[in-house]
Amino acid sequence: MRYLDEFNDPALARRLLDDVHRATTRPWAIMEVCGGQTHSIVRHGIDQLLPEAIELIHGPGCPVCVTPLEVIDRALAIASRPEVVFCSFGDMLRVPGSEHDLLTVKSRGGDVRVVYSPLDALALAEAEPDRQVVLFAIGFETTAPANALAVLQAHQRGVTNFSVLVSHVLVPPAVTAILASPSCRVQAFLLAGHVCSVMGTGQYAPLVRQHRVPMVVTGFEPLDVLEGIRRAVLQLESGRAELENAYPRAVRDEGNEAARRVLADVFEVCDRTWRGIGTIPASGLRLAEPYRRLDAEARFDVGAIRTGESPLCRSGEVLQGLITPHECEAFGTRCTPRAPLGATMVSGEGACAAYYRYRRLDQPVAAPGRGG
Amino acid sequence: MCLGVPGRVVEIHGEDLGRTARVDFGGVEQVVSLAYVPEVQVGDYTIVHVGFAITRLDEAAALETLDLFAELGAGDEPGTTEPSP
Ligand code: SF4
Repeated sequence: MRYLDEFNDPALARRLLDDVHRATTRPWAIMEVCGGQTHSIVRHGIDQLLPEAIELIHGPGCPVCVTPLEVIDRALAIASRPEVVFCSFGDMLRVPGSEHDLLTVKSRGGDVRVVYSPLDALALAEAEPDRQVVLFAIGFETTAPANALAVLQAHQRGVTNFSVLVSHVLVPPAVTAILASPSCRVQAFLLAGHVCSVMGTGQYAPLVRQHRVPMVVTGFEPLDVLEGIRRAVLQLESGRAELENAYPRAVRDEGNEAARRVLADVFEVCDRTWRGIGTIPASGLRLAEPYRRLDAEARFDVGAIRTGESPLCRSGEVLQGLITPHECEAFGTRCTPRAPLGATMVSGEGACAAYYRYRRLDQPVAAPGRGG
Repeated sequence: MCLGVPGRVVEIHGEDLGRTARVDFGGVEQVVSLAYVPEVQVGDYTIVHVGFAITRLDEAAALETLDLFAELGAGDEPGTTEPSP
């Protein structure tokens, strides 16, 4: 298919790789922010084709992985209520809460349904006025506009049996938090292309200036990822720190104005806890005042939530690029995609799942200097 | 869940925030919302995420990027360049 096959071409990939090899004279650590890019890198073995001097650090950009445990537990409690139809994107179903997951709720008789689009949940609410339909609204800036439109339309149409459990997260504050961490080893960033399709590129310019760190807006096909790496390396080698767009077919500087307008209307910025990482100031979205009556958290009193994370799981360190999945003792043994202990093993875009799926089970454990 | 998939717009219905399209993803068709891409027309390629088109794919920009890749190492026979450490 056009725009897919061309960006998978092995001959062009070879040229890009050769150029990266030619350009690299020293070790560099580059973080790909988005889990979709992590998936592409591991799937195509891009990390193994690069010069040894280049280390790719997997970033926290998987919304399934970073949704806080408290929110998962709240979702489980709401979904267990008999009057509720709980609608979620498919990959949230197996994310472990403190005790079980949405799939368990479903097997115990809870009405949990997978939706393809948030508008499907709204349509369900309109079709079944006697049920309370709750949409689990998670995701980054790419997903938030879709959930925002469902909220806006429910509000405009006066739908009373529809509500949303909101736990959106924002990328730039996470990048800022990574840069501010004393253990930060990241020297350049591959930015999440689709987030930039919506939000534009402007939010990153101050970060590039302030931290003097190269950032390259990058797509998801193998050639896109290689081009992002190539541009990051060229900048690093020549001492430049600029914001570059290596995904111009999908990302315009101004982003998607229509989506941003609805986002700004329906949501407002709030502090958010990231699973495994902690609270990052101004890194989330919650419903803005006019839409609060659609807030599932307020509508359903589920009592106090007491969370308990698996003591074995080190996904917080994986998400911050401090360890690779192999370094977790449970990886591939007590923790697998069939029986995951942590969210990074559940989501297809989680680093642990990517390593497991593409059989990176027997890699040398750690590169020198890693694990800090 | 953040992956967006490119597809080609086959048919458009409705208007404004209610505008939808049938989109062809390499043989599989799905109805998606065009609420956020008012500029998209039949025949355009778009990236779809959770049932929403989020951006129109710019063909000229795609071709420019591919041309740039093809120019890399121009003069080398493809595949004969040994990576230098
Ligand atoms: S392998 Fe499993 S237990 Fe270990 S960090 Fe990954 S998700 Fe957590």
